[in-house]
Amino acid sequence: MIQLDNISRTFQVGDQQVLALREVSLSIAAGEYIAIMGPSGSGKSTLLNLLGLLDRPDSGRYTLDGRDVTGLTEVETARVRREKIGFVFQFFHLVPRLTAAANVALPLLLAGVPAAERKPRVAQLLAEVGLSERAEHLPSQLSGGQLQRVAIARAMSMHPALLLADEPTGNLDRATGREVMSVLEGLNQRGATLIVITHDQEVGARARRRIVMEDGRILHDGAT
Amino acid sequence: MKLADTFALAWGSLAQQPRRTALIGLAMSIGVGAVVVLTALGEGARGYVLAQFAGLGSNLVIVIPGRAETTGAAPGVLSGQTTRDLTLADADAVSRLPGVSGVAPLNVGTAQITRGSLGREVVLLGSTAPLLTIRNMHLGQGHFLPAGANDQTTPVCVLGDRIRSELFGNANPLGEWVRIGDRRFRVIGTLAPQGQQMGFNTDETAVIPVAAAQQLFNTPSLFRILIEARGRAAVPRVKQATLDLLKTRHEGEADVTVIAQDAILATFDRLLTALTLAVGGIAAISLGVAGVLIMNVMLVSVAQRRSEIGLLKALGASGQQVRSLFMVEAGLISALGAVGGVILGLAASFVLGRVYPQLPIVPPFWAVAAAVATALGAGLLFAWLPARRAAKLDAALSLARR
Repeated sequence: MIQLDNISRTFQVGDQQVLALREVSLSIAAGEYIAIMGPSGSGKSTLLNLLGLLDRPDSGRYTLDGRDVTGLTEVETARVRREKIGFVFQFFHLVPRLTAAANVALPLLLAGVPAAERKPRVAQLLAEVGLSERAEHLPSQLSGGQLQRVAIARAMSMHPALLLADEPTGNLDRATGREVMSVLEGLNQRGATLIVITHDQEVGARARRRIVMEDGRILHDGAT
Repeated sequence: MKLADTFALAWGSLAQQPRRTALIGLAMSIGVGAVVVLTALGEGARGYVLAQFAGLGSNLVIVIPGRAETTGAAPGVLSGQTTRDLTLADADAVSRLPGVSGVAPLNVGTAQITRGSLGREVVLLGSTAPLLTIRNMHLGQGHFLPAGANDQTTPVCVLGDRIRSELFGNANPLGEWVRIGDRRFRVIGTLAPQGQQMGFNTDETAVIPVAAAQQLFNTPSLFRILIEARGRAAVPRVKQATLDLLKTRHEGEADVTVIAQDAILATFDRLLTALTLAVGGIAAISLGVAGVLIMNVMLVSVAQRRSEIGLLKALGASGQQVRSLFMVEAGLISALGAVGGVILGLAASFVLGRVYPQLPIVPPFWAVAAAVATALGAGLLFAWLPARRAAKLDAALSLARR
């Protein structure tokens, strides 16, 4: 499903060139469950941003579902993100003024799905993460675990094939973290490719495949 | 993305900051309101002046002794230096021109008017019967000057309303004698109260036959000849014919000035329209200022909502969608301000209209439309830069920061 060939990404920090990714090659099949681990600055977030088409490599080739997405225009990448990729963030990133339901509906709204069609889909998504009663609550009225479950429901609203989670449990206590992870794993079992960045060994150990990064290179890649 | 959703989302973020939104809207409102009120005032002034001219009588052509090089209503024109007198015979000749429906020779001066022990200064008009209709005067009681040859010196007079009340109080003045200068005149009529007209108060005048006035002031000449043309279309023809006739009568020398009221009217009209446009334009500058304010606030807003913008992009919003979101926000604020400004302007115009009832203060439709369009234009123009900045935000970077 995903094929990375010799991907490099350099950042300019002050007058210094920082190589965030050095010729990374990687192959991921549909339906995999992968944990990306490594110390801060090892390039794992950059890798995730590239996979999510939020960032572009300086060199190399990224093939997603058999299509080269490296040279797509801005509008085309936005479309790919909308239809194929779901994001879950460490800080949830819910829009504070919108209710849980409205937050979940955002990708549908951006995709131009009519309001009448959005409503039942949002209700179903919230039911799947067990938050039906909280649909009309604002983010400020929800707990961390609930916020992350709203975010997961939002990530799944367009039924993406690829789910990218950047430290999804980083801001949650251990019990809530496990809960959130099992929601994500449930989605993986239903066919979504799940890629999780984490510092947490316990979370990392749950994945079937683990990629360890250091200094912009893949240090270790194998089944756990 | 559906248009309705874009508006709902933009409106939601405006409603999130009600005070900020209201304040920018207010700034826009003040600008729009200023344009509306000031143009309404300008139009009011124009309407007032035009009405004053209309009160002088329509289709009026005025002959002034002396040659003036410029036209207009400057005092110099109205008191041109004369070489040959304008005479009653001239007026008679003019009255026989085709297209002329009435001629009133006019002499003006001040004299003492007395009745018994009561007396005062009066503006004395020496004229003939047609003056009443030509100058749009209204009779109160009795008759106006008798018709007939204009060289008659019949000792009769018509009093302005103020003169009547000061000399006679509530008594009936008709048939009574008054002394004007060194002559006695019988009162045959009074004028209805009319008030100020072009700086001339008919209430404080007395009208006597023109020949009598010439004797009283000991002058063979006239101050003016007022000519009424038969219809508006006849005005230029009458004007030219009068000029030609008087030139012939004055040994081939064009030593009179003939002005059509139309020309003065048109000049005032142009002048006051320009004035209205000028004050409207000055007011419109404040709309530009409001636009800069919108830009400033939008820039702050973009900086504050970096992570929200990044999120929208991660969720699949294109740069263009983000840009239109911000443009719609600016458009909504501007529209809000424009509506508020129109209401503000109309309300202020209404109040001003009540305070100055003689001014017909109504905001012209074109000014309201232009103000609203300028407000929307300024809002969208100045929102362009912030919206573009939002659209170009690096999603990965915006999301990395909390």
